[in-house]
Amino acid sequence: MPTRSPDSPLLPEPAFATRAPEVSLSLPLLLLGFAGLVVLGLAGASLLIGVSQVSWEALLAPTEHQRAVQVLVISRVPRTLALVLAGMSLAVAGLIMQMLARNRFVEPFTAGTAESASLGLLVVTLLAPGLPILARTAVAAGFSMAGTALFLLILKRIPMRSALIVPVVGLVLGAIFDAATTFFAYRFSLLQSLMAWTTGDFSSVLRGRYELLWGAFVLTAVAYVVADRFTVAGMGEAFTTNLGLSHPRIVALGLAIVAMVTAVVVATVGMIPFIGLVVPNVVSVIVGDNARRSIPWVAVMGAGFVLLCDIVGRVVRQPYEIPVGTVAGVVGSLVFLHLLFRRDDRVG
Amino acid sequence: MSASALRLEHPERRLFLLGALAVLCVGVFMTVDAGGQWDFVLPFRARKVATVLLVGYAIAVSTVLFQTVTENRVLTPAIMGFDTLYLLLQTGLLFFLGTRTLAGLDVRLLFAVEVGLMVLFSAVLHRWLFEGGRSVHLLLLTGVVLGVLFRSLSSFLQRLIAPGEFDFLQDRFFASFNNPDPDLLLVSTVMTVGASFVGLRLLRACDVLNLGRDVAINLGVDHRRTVSRLLAVVAVLVSVSTALVGPVTFFGLLVANLAHGLVRSHRHVHVLPAAVLLAVIGLLGGQLVLERVFSFGANLRVIIEFLGGLMFITLLMRGALR
Repeated sequence: MPTRSPDSPLLPEPAFATRAPEVSLSLPLLLLGFAGLVVLGLAGASLLIGVSQVSWEALLAPTEHQRAVQVLVISRVPRTLALVLAGMSLAVAGLIMQMLARNRFVEPFTAGTAESASLGLLVVTLLAPGLPILARTAVAAGFSMAGTALFLLILKRIPMRSALIVPVVGLVLGAIFDAATTFFAYRFSLLQSLMAWTTGDFSSVLRGRYELLWGAFVLTAVAYVVADRFTVAGMGEAFTTNLGLSHPRIVALGLAIVAMVTAVVVATVGMIPFIGLVVPNVVSVIVGDNARRSIPWVAVMGAGFVLLCDIVGRVVRQPYEIPVGTVAGVVGSLVFLHLLFRRDDRVG
Repeated sequence: MSASALRLEHPERRLFLLGALAVLCVGVFMTVDAGGQWDFVLPFRARKVATVLLVGYAIAVSTVLFQTVTENRVLTPAIMGFDTLYLLLQTGLLFFLGTRTLAGLDVRLLFAVEVGLMVLFSAVLHRWLFEGGRSVHLLLLTGVVLGVLFRSLSSFLQRLIAPGEFDFLQDRFFASFNNPDPDLLLVSTVMTVGASFVGLRLLRACDVLNLGRDVAINLGVDHRRTVSRLLAVVAVLVSVSTALVGPVTFFGLLVANLAHGLVRSHRHVHVLPAAVLLAVIGLLGGQLVLERVFSFGANLRVIIEFLGGLMFITLLMRGALR
């Protein structure tokens, strides 16, 4: 049997990817471009919403010009960028988790990853309050990686693994981490700070407060570069080993990316539930399960989903805001339920 | 006859021990550190104990009955989203009726309306989920996601209500163990007693339900009617416990499974009292430890959530979900 060394940089392109006809490639590409334009439109709309009036006329008018530009540069542009970055990276993180766990219903929110990240943040706040944000995020990433590894370990121990039991285990594990976090937060009067961390909320995003999210973007780019490995890993351990790749290594790499992305997002804006679940599932219906092809879609639609949730949250009760985490919780769980029952009908 | 009495002796002896332990908890809770001011301390603590008894009873009984109905040791009303639905109903009523109208309404009337809606929901859930022959895994996941949905929806609505007004009413909505509202306590007691009478007449049928749906029907149980009634009882009890202390996701799971393990009997005459006693011991004992040892430095609900979650995962790992 011919073998490649596990860390060979050149990966064999999966057979079905090369065999795909050229004609069908151009249509998805056009569609992707169109989706990108829609997301750009949403981002533009997101720039114009807020208490302080920033219209295109105001930007051009000489009298109001300076104030409008200021609002735009300090608050609106960072906010929109943060939304786009967080949405992209969380959705891609969800996709990676689904391939590694080989389960459609897993994402950072349904695997205890996000909750263990906030436990990590709390621990840092208690033990070393003076640490810079980057170090805090690193600790949170370590916690979320440990939490996710624990999740995978428990999964291995559960007999008769049904696809549906996996997210239940993750959600309950998340609840356990959450209880531990709340326990300590309560003892040290940090409950309010905890609320602020755990609800995905972009209202406090300003220039200088969101830049860490670019790190999440870089990680997403890395995920794209090594996308084929995740596609292969998604076909199972035996298949991966057969191709001469190290399955544990791919899992470790994927986990590291997911944990770091989650930690960065939780540390800067809080949790946004269900994005990593809803977006990859919808995309998989459109373009299939080849990670190389679906990651751009997942990223674009993830950004669109978060932008949309944020716009809804900002418009419904102006001048107040509903946090994006709450809106995403409502929309995401509805879509999730729909996915669940559609699937059940197909099976039954 | 004597042989069956001998076999029965076992669960009953255990029940007796649990009862003694519960009485001990009540006794210690009522008297410890009273400082001589009996005429103040006793009535004050009695109200607390009454709340705990009521809540423990409601959670334990509703969980055991629900597990009998669903023929399963992992599903509980709380995991299926009942508790969070109750919160959503409260918030929804507040949102649609407006705080002024609601503040003018009688707590008792409001409570009755909410319980009615809960019973309606349990009927819908029954039709839609349990009769469709869906897999337990799907039910479980649906319940968990419904919980997330209900919670997100209530916090969505809460954001739409002016913050000050909401705070004002939240105090009224959630009496804690420490500050039970006498009116609410009275209505809850009446509701619980009423539901218990309905449940008591179905106790034998419950034992038969344990044998599985088909066997139960074969033995002459009107399965559909019995299950609908039991679910209505469950809905009332969940409303009572949530109204009094808020949602506690895993406590029912904890006591129901401990009770099954402790009495080693499938008869509801044994399991139900054991679960109730365990709930009372857990709540009162836990509260005692928190008040006296940690001097209120922790929240009982959080600890229960932690332990219950661990138990849930252990149950799954042991393959309890068939």
